[in-house]
Amino acid sequence: MVTLSVNGKSHRLDVEPDTPLLYVLRDSLGLHGPKFGCGLDQCATCMVLMDGDAVRTCRVPVSRAAGRKIVTLEGLGTADKPHPIQKAFIEERAIQCGYCLNGMIITAKALLDKKRNPSDREIKQALAGSLCRCGVHLRVIRAVKRAAVRMAKEA
Amino acid sequence: MLSAQTSRRDFLKGSGALVVGFSLAGPLAAARAQTVGTPLKPVTLDEVDAFLSIGVDGIVSVFTGKVDLGTGTRTALRQMAAEELDVTLDRIKLIEGDTALTPDQGPTWGSLSIQIGGVQIRQASATARKALLEMASKRLAIPVGELEVRYGVVRAKGDPTKHVSYSDLIGDREFRLKVDSKAPLKKPADYTIVGKSVPPVDGVAKVTGEWTYMHDVRVPGMLHARVIRPPAMGAQLLSVDESSVRGIKGLTKVVRLGNFLAVVAETEWAAIKAADQLKATWSAWEGLPDMDKLYQHVRNTPIAADEVPLKRGDVRAALATAAKTLSATYEFAIQLHGSIGPSCAIADYRDGQVTVWSSSQAPHWQRRELSMMLSIPPEKIRYIFLDGAGCWGRNGHEDAAADAALLSRELGRPVRVQWMRQDEHGWEPKGPPTLVDIRAGLDANGNVIAWQSEFWIPRRTDVGHGVPFVAASLAGLPHRDAMNPSTIFLNSKPEYAFPNAHVLVHRLQTTPFRPSWIRTPGRMQNTYATEVMMDELAAAAGADPLEFRMRHLNDPRGLVVLKTVANRAKWDSRPSPKKGADKATVATGRGISYIKYENVRTYVAAVAEVEVDRRSGVIRVKKFTIAHDCGLIINPDGVKNQIEGNVIQTVSRTLKEELRWDRSRVTSLDWATYPILTFPEVPEIDMELINRPNDPPWGVGEPATGVVPSAISNAVFDATGVRLRTVPYTPQRVKAALGARA
Repeated sequence: MVTLSVNGKSHRLDVEPDTPLLYVLRDSLGLHGPKFGCGLDQCATCMVLMDGDAVRTCRVPVSRAAGRKIVTLEGLGTADKPHPIQKAFIEERAIQCGYCLNGMIITAKALLDKKRNPSDREIKQALAGSLCRCGVHLRVIRAVKRAAVRMAKEA
Repeated sequence: MLSAQTSRRDFLKGSGALVVGFSLAGPLAAARAQTVGTPLKPVTLDEVDAFLSIGVDGIVSVFTGKVDLGTGTRTALRQMAAEELDVTLDRIKLIEGDTALTPDQGPTWGSLSIQIGGVQIRQASATARKALLEMASKRLAIPVGELEVRYGVVRAKGDPTKHVSYSDLIGDREFRLKVDSKAPLKKPADYTIVGKSVPPVDGVAKVTGEWTYMHDVRVPGMLHARVIRPPAMGAQLLSVDESSVRGIKGLTKVVRLGNFLAVVAETEWAAIKAADQLKATWSAWEGLPDMDKLYQHVRNTPIAADEVPLKRGDVRAALATAAKTLSATYEFAIQLHGSIGPSCAIADYRDGQVTVWSSSQAPHWQRRELSMMLSIPPEKIRYIFLDGAGCWGRNGHEDAAADAALLSRELGRPVRVQWMRQDEHGWEPKGPPTLVDIRAGLDANGNVIAWQSEFWIPRRTDVGHGVPFVAASLAGLPHRDAMNPSTIFLNSKPEYAFPNAHVLVHRLQTTPFRPSWIRTPGRMQNTYATEVMMDELAAAAGADPLEFRMRHLNDPRGLVVLKTVANRAKWDSRPSPKKGADKATVATGRGISYIKYENVRTYVAAVAEVEVDRRSGVIRVKKFTIAHDCGLIINPDGVKNQIEGNVIQTVSRTLKEELRWDRSRVTSLDWATYPILTFPEVPEIDMELINRPNDPPWGVGEPATGVVPSAISNAVFDATGVRLRTVPYTPQRVKAALGARA
């Protein structure tokens, strides 16, 4: 049995302790924000926040996530009440297929929590490990900047 | 559960709503809505009911065989239907890619979803609108000419108290009408929805994790499978040691059918572990060509047929009189679709029928091909599309669906197949290599008087069919031994008015990897060769590359995009290379390129600005400027988003992407060995859209890709005086080219 704290709720789960966290989130908890992209720590579609850090979950055994505070894309905001970063992505229309957006939004959250007003360069560097095949990069960068401005105002 | 006999009325009233709301209602709804057999409604292209139904609640269900692969057609098609019917956008529900419900509008390819799919929906909507006006005329006893439609309500002009709604006229009933190709269309000047940058309808759900992708679907009783492909592509499976996976908790079965091998388990993790640990013995196989001699191999491949897309004048005689002749060879690497979400499918095979969920761009084709592999009639197969990650052509989803169908038949339970990254990179069908020779002659005034191009590209053996399934080949099940790289000869014909021209296309018997089509297939590679040679000729003539192109072009719309891009990019008019190009350590330059897509539609011109570091061989694409004319624009921001995607993805393909292999197998099996462009490397993009509201709406998903590799090559030449003719322009290749000159 593993106890996980996800989006503010505690779950006791009967899973093999070596199961990567990603499969537990998706298959046991039905959270579809984090996605399977490579299973190799190379693309970032599987990211979540773990104690505030953006972490890839496709190789982290669930046992190592016990006792940590996990927040997924669903935990940031909902369709009715999106997080300012999600809202900025919607406003900038930083969306095509949308499959990789999870990694970018989670990365942006971790970045903006640490740095209120990042430069373009810092945003690009932070997102360097997030792969996107559709080519919405420029919109994503604009969305992160827009979110930074809004979050700074609200803070 | 719906049965095959369920009427259309039942579908529209009750259970069907599950299908309609499926993407949002989630996987259980999918399972409940599952059905196979006779279509629940007409799906032929000539019936209005195939495309449209209007409920008693006023909701207009629009049915389309085109699917949204991330390109935004889900929004644009709604706009086209809403506009023509005069209903608000929120009244439209769109049902995509379900063989039981949606018409076969052909695969979602070729940038035709709007141009063909949307136009069919628009005409069906116009027919419906006309019929509704006639019904209203009878009901209200007012001539049609004195009626107008507002928000799905027909009313008397000047007396809004006399009205009747669409739902009152037709609610939940069939039109029973043929699509009328003469039904009048709305005047573009009256458009209120088409031409607006409506936000993507799926945007909010996608950024909050609420959108249901194929990968998210789970159906009751479902098992998880992973496939184990041969370590050498043509190897035979000799033996399987099942004891090697004994003890993995949750493992249900090891399935072996000929050379098809898979593990099936109760959980994903058990399936992944079993696939990793399973010991199998395979024969040796070394049938792939030497990677370092790829283009030599291509040139020596037996030719199945020669095609001549263009023969004008007498090239040989003209070349003999030319003041200057140039010849060059262009090479374009084998590439991957490289979808970020590896292919995935679920199949539920029972009682000789199967329902398949996957992200194929061609659900109706899939039905036919699965029918052949499974030896059951197509009517026993229902294929339902769900979003995958962007795919840009026939990638692995179709193969995953075939894997799942076979495994479900073996297990007697629904089976989900999720390809791992190595399966995707290793076994998705590839964009084949392209080899082009061009010889051209200039007269004493620097005009092109002769053009002779020769292409070596694989043949297409089966028109109207897809790409054979990996599973069918491995398991030795019925399949066509076909090769289909699609219409890759397009744009082999130069758009310029050369007096003497000869284009010869060799269609090759084979190609090293199972081919398919990737965004702008052939059109990009062929335009690459043509547009780089145009640049070489301009340089040889000492002419400005823009002026040189315009001088040889007669097409007014083509001239407009070239002029527009030049103005927008503040084009520096002068011949290339730039003065002092051979000196700077970090050299900068600009290059131009042009395409008329498939020689018949969407026009694009591009200016690339690059920086080349001579020490490292790294090319940085700093900026792309695009001018784009696709006729009528349905959704301007949607078009911009697509153009940005075309440019960024193709900068990646041009600078980085190249499949790697040894004599047995693909070796670039992950993103480290097959890198793509990352955030810090993305260029700035500026563009101008030319809208032509009175012209047909043309495709947008691919044309801009066509100009990117050539514009970059031409910019590098401008910067350095060195011509790059082999894609991708990896630092190693660039350094070698720069060094060879020095």
